[in-house]
Amino acid sequence: MPAPLPPTAPLLGIERITKRFGPQTAVDGVSLDLAPGEVFCLLGPSGCGKSTLLRLIAGFETPDAGAIRLDGADLTALPPHRRPVNMMFQSYALFPHMSVAANVGYGLKGLGLSRKQAAERVAGLIKLVRLEGFESRRPETLSGGQRQRVALARALAREPKLLLLDEPLGALDRTLREETQGELRAIQRRLGTGFVVVTHDTQEAMALADRIGVMERGRLVQVGPARDLYERPASRFVAGLLGDVNLIEGRLGPDEPGGLRTVETALGPIRASGEGAAGAAVVVAVRPERLVVGGADGLPGTLQGTLVEATFLGDRIRSRIRMADGTVLRASAALPATGPMPGVGEAVTVAIPADAARVLSA
Amino acid sequence: MSGRLARLLVRGLPLAWLVLFFLVPFAVTLKISFSSPATAQPPYLPVIDWQGGLEGWREFLEALDFQNYRMIAEDALYRDAALSSLGYAALATAILALTGTPTAYAMARASKRWQPILVALVIVPFWTSFLIRVYAWIAILKPEGLLNGALMKLGLIASPLPILDSPTGVLIGLTYAYLPFMVLPLYAVMSRLDPALLEAAADLGAGRARAFFTVTLPLALPGVAAGALLCFIPMVGEFIIPDLLGGSDTLMLGRVLWSEFFSNRDWPLASAVAVLLLILIVGPVVLFREAELRREEAAEGRGR
Repeated sequence: MPAPLPPTAPLLGIERITKRFGPQTAVDGVSLDLAPGEVFCLLGPSGCGKSTLLRLIAGFETPDAGAIRLDGADLTALPPHRRPVNMMFQSYALFPHMSVAANVGYGLKGLGLSRKQAAERVAGLIKLVRLEGFESRRPETLSGGQRQRVALARALAREPKLLLLDEPLGALDRTLREETQGELRAIQRRLGTGFVVVTHDTQEAMALADRIGVMERGRLVQVGPARDLYERPASRFVAGLLGDVNLIEGRLGPDEPGGLRTVETALGPIRASGEGAAGAAVVVAVRPERLVVGGADGLPGTLQGTLVEATFLGDRIRSRIRMADGTVLRASAALPATGPMPGVGEAVTVAIPADAARVLSA
Repeated sequence: MSGRLARLLVRGLPLAWLVLFFLVPFAVTLKISFSSPATAQPPYLPVIDWQGGLEGWREFLEALDFQNYRMIAEDALYRDAALSSLGYAALATAILALTGTPTAYAMARASKRWQPILVALVIVPFWTSFLIRVYAWIAILKPEGLLNGALMKLGLIASPLPILDSPTGVLIGLTYAYLPFMVLPLYAVMSRLDPALLEAAADLGAGRARAFFTVTLPLALPGVAAGALLCFIPMVGEFIIPDLLGGSDTLMLGRVLWSEFFSNRDWPLASAVAVLLLILIVGPVVLFREAELRREEAAEGRGR
């Protein structure tokens, strides 16, 4: 699947933005373009600078270098209350002394709306987030999911072109989170608002995003659709962040025609795609579900191992296989339609398809 | 020590403290307020005859009357003093709320490094005697004092303003002396406000002023109420400030009480004034508690 390229006129343009806190560089020369109506997820562990980047866009932090443009207009010097972007806060930051309707309508002042228009806008938003009947309630009397929806309605009230969401589902429990993900996407599609979502939850990023930007120690290390990042990670860090992965150390062989390379590992030679100088220390990354376990005799690159653990998970089997040199590989396979499950202690064969193996720098 | 004894001590000690240092003295004061002045030692009658038995107690109780309260009710001096005390305290509380709120707001918005320093600066005056600090204001406010001198040097006034020995002097003194009691509870509330709330207000287009009046101030109102009560109560009975800065014309209950007690040696009347003062002060506290309770009940009611 090719990455949808942002059109020539991006909605949001971030140019080499840098923010330091004392000796620490929280955001380090990040550049990024966002298409109108795009949902972009900033993914990374805590402390990677994703929240700071969001706060830079909102205007709560002033960058040490770089520029932020929205629809071509430079926002960099504008205070938060003059920026045409809105934010949904991680803690929701609902005003505790105001009703739901007053919270939602707070941002409408100064937009030149008549009293009637403002009331209609509030009513429409409350309908959008399905909170009819809760207009006069205080936030403290609402459930977590209801508060989350008030926060969303309030952030959408000014009809921003770009909405910033800081861990929007982080405070919700698991079942509610999945339901809300769908709702959030549906609302986004309906309004066509651009979303920048900060999250540390890979599943959430994959469920919400058109594109994901992975951040590591203040830098944007890889940007692309979830599938690209999952299948063609640019580094061990991205490979590990996007999901479970087997990493096999080795040394890269010489350039070959056709793009595939041979990596000499303790398991033997492995064919994999990727670049690098011949002789460089590398790792081969293979997703557990791409390992072919069992009757794969005869395929080139078939390896011998012993099954040390097999866990039945309903729709698939997760297993651990000890290879001849002691390396343990993790595999995850769909259940065979019929037949017995492989037994622990049995000898199995493991094949690594070349299109599933990826060379990453060690 | 057994758990029961410990519990008894924990509950009993504060109670014993209240009985010993509040209830007993108040009972004594109340009793004296029903007595009559006398040239004796102590300077009032009757005194309890502990050997007189039941008959002695009957005589003692019959000698008590409401004479002093009648006098307070009939003499306009006491009514005026009470009204003016309440007036001074109310006006000073309003000034304190108006000056203390921005002060506390500025402190709460200062950087984390500065906040403890600013709090310390508010508290530092307590390390000097209250009496001396009020006394120092005489040097500032008197006709040839610092303030008038500065104003005349600047050419703002031609002749010294009569600030000392005037209601203005009393208000300046009250405002100065009680400002920390207004600022500290307000600061405590404001510094605990979630900074994300102000960010949310700014994000939704509110400038600093709108964010302050729609978010900070409403959420700081409990602090304003606590500070107002903390200032209002002692100011009603304030004696030193009106005495030193207010001149002989300033009428406040504290001064009336003082002169009845020390100048006229009329302990019973002074006690009656003290009881009146207590009632004046308890009033607003009860009203405040009632309002608090109602608000809590309303909040709970919404929760159901």
